[in-house]
Amino acid sequence: MQTTSDEVLIGRIANGDRLAMQVLFARHHVGVYRFVLRLVRNEATAEDLISDVFLDVWRQAGKFEGRSAVSTWLLSIARFKALSVLRRRPEEELDEEAAGAIEDHSDDPEIALAKKDKGAAMRECLNELSNEHREVIDLVYYHEKSVEEVAAIVGIPEATVKTRMFYARKKLSELLKERGIDRGWP
Amino acid sequence: MNTANETERSEIEDLLPWHAAGTLDHRDTQRVEAALAEDAELARRYELVREELGETIHLNETLGAPSPRTMAALFAKIDAEPARRPTVSLNLSARIGEFFASFSPRTLAWSATAAALAIMLQAGIIAGVMLKDRNPGGYETASAPTTVTGEGSYALIRFQPSANVTAVTNFLETNKLSIASGPSAGGVYRMRIAATKLAKPDLDRAVKQLQQDAVVSFIAITE
Repeated sequence: MQTTSDEVLIGRIANGDRLAMQVLFARHHVGVYRFVLRLVRNEATAEDLISDVFLDVWRQAGKFEGRSAVSTWLLSIARFKALSVLRRRPEEELDEEAAGAIEDHSDDPEIALAKKDKGAAMRECLNELSNEHREVIDLVYYHEKSVEEVAAIVGIPEATVKTRMFYARKKLSELLKERGIDRGWP
Repeated sequence: MNTANETERSEIEDLLPWHAAGTLDHRDTQRVEAALAEDAELARRYELVREELGETIHLNETLGAPSPRTMAALFAKIDAEPARRPTVSLNLSARIGEFFASFSPRTLAWSATAAALAIMLQAGIIAGVMLKDRNPGGYETASAPTTVTGEGSYALIRFQPSANVTAVTNFLETNKLSIASGPSAGGVYRMRIAATKLAKPDLDRAVKQLQQDAVVSFIAITE
């Protein structure tokens, strides 16, 4: 079965086609939501943001030039909006959320169990990374973005993308080591 | 290991996350695979990358999905937007993309056959156009119904089914063509090939030149 390409959908959206908008939304909203949620760490905020992201698509579809994949364009818009929200958020709220995200793992039975489960420990560590490191890891591993696409979404040179990925992975290894898991790298 | 090898290894190691995710181009994929086959330590590190990849996917997949109210909220906002008038001219890539997307695989297969027939017919049509030039009361080319009129010179064009979007886009841009209407049944576009009304000999010359391009399956002058 043949599916309509994202680029064709954008062309139709530019002409006011609501059905095309529904198809594009159905195709991408979960991925965009998860990307945004990992940045803002609040489900209600993430939901508000994705309807704003797709509203921008509705308004700007006629200006889409097809220089990047539509999913890359969507993530760029989403990132910009998520960072705007984070900038507006009061510092106290950020501190509380950061504290909530970083668990105290001394003598905690759950953490002791997690130590036995390397996968669970790694997922905890992925959650503890800074936004900068978390987004590059998510874009590469989960959203399957190339070096060039990550550079376009984050707005940094391609060489910096590789460097940032290296340091994100290095930090991940350090966090795992703190939990007693030594990967022998870096 | 010498410095050059160290540099190469470091470059390859930087690419491992993208190799695991399958987003490297063919050349880099081959470089990484060759290095992994020769370097046991690099292969061990690649396994670490694959663990990270697996857990990142696992983590993201447990994040759930937005509630249905998100879509309702979006369309409520869209409904509140000013009414939009459909425009005829989308950007060129989108129009061409739409053209290709309009065919099912089976249609594309039939198009190949139709294109072969079109090539055979084409010679006859061009001969007819030239004949008409000599004899005003003679043969006249058929044309699809048109929806746009205006100043300029026009031609009906159908592209080779095998022509890709980039090739067609380049053809249109190189020759400064714009889509006036279409595609009609059979995938024929009415194209404006000049902004002014060309004299018949000039028009014939322009069409013949366009016909030389490999992406063109059929072309004929139209009003």
